[in-house]
Amino acid sequence: MPTLTLASALNSGLRAVMEADPKVVVMGEDVGRLGGVFRVTDGLRERFGEERVIDTPLAESAIIGTAIGMAMRGFRPVCEIQFDGFVYPAFDQIVSNLAKLHYRSAGRVRMPVTIRIPVGGGIGAVEHHSESPEAYFCHTAGLKVVTCSNPTDAQVMIQQAVATDDPVIFLEPKRRYWEKEEVDPVDLSALAGDTATGAIPAARTPGPLFASRIARAGKDATLVGYGPMVRTCLDAALVAEAEDGRLLEVIDLRSLSPLDLDPVIESVRRTGRLVVVHEAPSNVSISAEVAARVTEQAFYSLEAPVLRVTGFDTPYPPSRLEEHYLPDVDRILDAVDRAFGY
Amino acid sequence: MATVTELMQLLTPSGRRVTAATERESAMEAHVADVDMADLLAMYTDMVIVRRLDEEATALQRQGELGLWAPLRGQEAAQVGSARALAPDDMAFPSYREHGVAYCRGVDPVAVLSLFRGVTHGGWDPTEHGFALYAIVVGSQTLHATGYAMGVSRDGGGCATIAYFGDGASSQGDVSEAFGWAAVFGAPVVFFCQNNQYAISEPTIRQSRVPLCQRAAGYGFPGVRVDGNDVLATLAATRWALARARAGEGPTLLEAVTYRMGAHTTADDPTRYRDSDEVASWAERDPLARLRAYLAAQGTLDGAAEAGIAARADEFAADLRRRCLALPDPAPLSMFDHVHVDESGHVAAERADLAELLAAEDDPPPTAPEPSPAVLPASSPRAVSSPSAAAPPSAASSPPPAAPSSPAPSPGSSAPGSPLAVGLVPAGRPVAAPPPQSPGPEASCPR
Repeated sequence: MPTLTLASALNSGLRAVMEADPKVVVMGEDVGRLGGVFRVTDGLRERFGEERVIDTPLAESAIIGTAIGMAMRGFRPVCEIQFDGFVYPAFDQIVSNLAKLHYRSAGRVRMPVTIRIPVGGGIGAVEHHSESPEAYFCHTAGLKVVTCSNPTDAQVMIQQAVATDDPVIFLEPKRRYWEKEEVDPVDLSALAGDTATGAIPAARTPGPLFASRIARAGKDATLVGYGPMVRTCLDAALVAEAEDGRLLEVIDLRSLSPLDLDPVIESVRRTGRLVVVHEAPSNVSISAEVAARVTEQAFYSLEAPVLRVTGFDTPYPPSRLEEHYLPDVDRILDAVDRAFGY
Repeated sequence: MATVTELMQLLTPSGRRVTAATERESAMEAHVADVDMADLLAMYTDMVIVRRLDEEATALQRQGELGLWAPLRGQEAAQVGSARALAPDDMAFPSYREHGVAYCRGVDPVAVLSLFRGVTHGGWDPTEHGFALYAIVVGSQTLHATGYAMGVSRDGGGCATIAYFGDGASSQGDVSEAFGWAAVFGAPVVFFCQNNQYAISEPTIRQSRVPLCQRAAGYGFPGVRVDGNDVLATLAATRWALARARAGEGPTLLEAVTYRMGAHTTADDPTRYRDSDEVASWAERDPLARLRAYLAAQGTLDGAAEAGIAARADEFAADLRRRCLALPDPAPLSMFDHVHVDESGHVAAERADLAELLAAEDDPPPTAPEPSPAVLPASSPRAVSSPSAAAPPSAASSPPPAAPSSPAPSPGSSAPGSPLAVGLVPAGRPVAAPPPQSPGPEASCPR
């Protein structure tokens, strides 16, 4: 099996879906000649031409607005927003138009648009390059929001997202772009249109797009994370086992809207303790939603309140401070300790 | 790239046919060389019907049958002239006042009224009519049109795209982005700006220090100013611009200079920001009057024909009123339809919850209009609507440890007036009044 970075796995997935469907177009700033600032679209322009891999002017609202028009014409656009902090100029087009057109048209219009956004911190970047905007999109009906945490998922999930007939916000953990993994070669026939939720296959085989996944089995407490924090949670689980003898179950949410919490509920019924981890601030966040729903559905199984380890409710700080802002192994294990204190 | 700032006109306000004043205008005029008196009479009929549609909708709003209406009176020539230039497979992207364009594209006007009645957000099939849904966030649709046109360039289609927007929307960033993109990609799109002089209360001078058509020059494509109250000039200019698009010559900006004779919407009071002299001066340039005068002078329209058209318009309006009043309110559960193509379990669960609540409301206990809290949970909507609240079905495999002794979900423990009991008695539940048919101006006013 080839070893791929997360970025090259995304590239491989994009290449596969562009081969399979001539209506797929990639558009964004620097995605063509340069191959994207993270090289996720590297080589696509050479293979598919500049009519399908479009270097756009610097105008995010127009990237999404024209993608909407192209989708109305029958295309399947994959938009790249260069950095998380640059998506806000496109917010109106995403929220007022992309998310609502299927609804407004009583189902007559479909918006099979994928918006790829590198998200999160940890790379020492300047301002507006380290944000976690997922909650804005999860709060908007009509959108679907997913995030990959590893190369295997990245390669498959991007293809599944592009094949989805609803608009998908596809969040890429930029600090994990260069992490490597052995990845199965693409099997296109197994992937086309596979968007239904259902049982998750074997641990390392990506399942349906809108499903969470047990990344590490455990029995003493449950850690829930997504995107860049899955690796951090797995690291914390290793330390917890080695130092405290605790077996932490780690669940990768993968899909943030819709949330697939059945595996989380099932896990909490076994472990009784839940810690939710993300880089985004805690206020009105994914962890707030997870905590509320788990409390609704597994109240009698909880031995402790659902605890959260998140970024702080500050603007993303200057990068020299980000190690204190971002959840890390110590903060996660501290929360686990507190969960065992009840 | 020349920009024409003088007003192209082929019919004067008094109804006199004039010839093009410049070489470029002659090129545009050539596009209506085939238009005969019958064609002009047909467009006049369109304009009379569209004005009648507008009057009827305004009346329906005043009578409480529509929540709001955005009148187009004064803009009939700009809309009919441009829309009649379109081919069937062309695609138009309107804002929210393009009722005349909708009519010309074959959209059932009752579908347009259904938006303003609050029955739907979009009552027609954009593909079937080549007419996108209305866009209330002004300017956003110019990007959709540009993207659609970029798609046409890529799939080998021969059609053109037209984006309608106004002088107010011209200040939106999306419009500037659309101009830039359409120019860079040579997209086959016509930007049709109806400069009706006002963005609610703000005059065009608050949007731009130069004629709007001049904006095009900065992006590298032609901008033309046409008399938007002259249906023939509007038809000529639009045909010319569409031909450019189809020939691969890229975008064009048309500024149709017109006037919104009425209010911005039925929630607006235009006497607060413009005087009657101004309105009267524009009434002298009425788009219907000049065409009527021309047709009459040519012997194409006499009193009998005029009465026939008026009768047809009245019949049209009566039918519109009848069908508008017959529009049923949508079923409550339909609000959950089409959130996604592939529905999420979360939305499905919310639909099921409301369905159970509604079923419980429809079927109150026969003998106890205000049952005591002790018997409430068995019949209360909430008791049946939230299976997850107390006893998730899957909990059977994992018995909750504290369940037997837990007091919280016990029905008998709910004291009268507790949060659990308040407002849940089916017969006693506070019933929401029907929404007002005439929301207040602030609540209902698209900008």
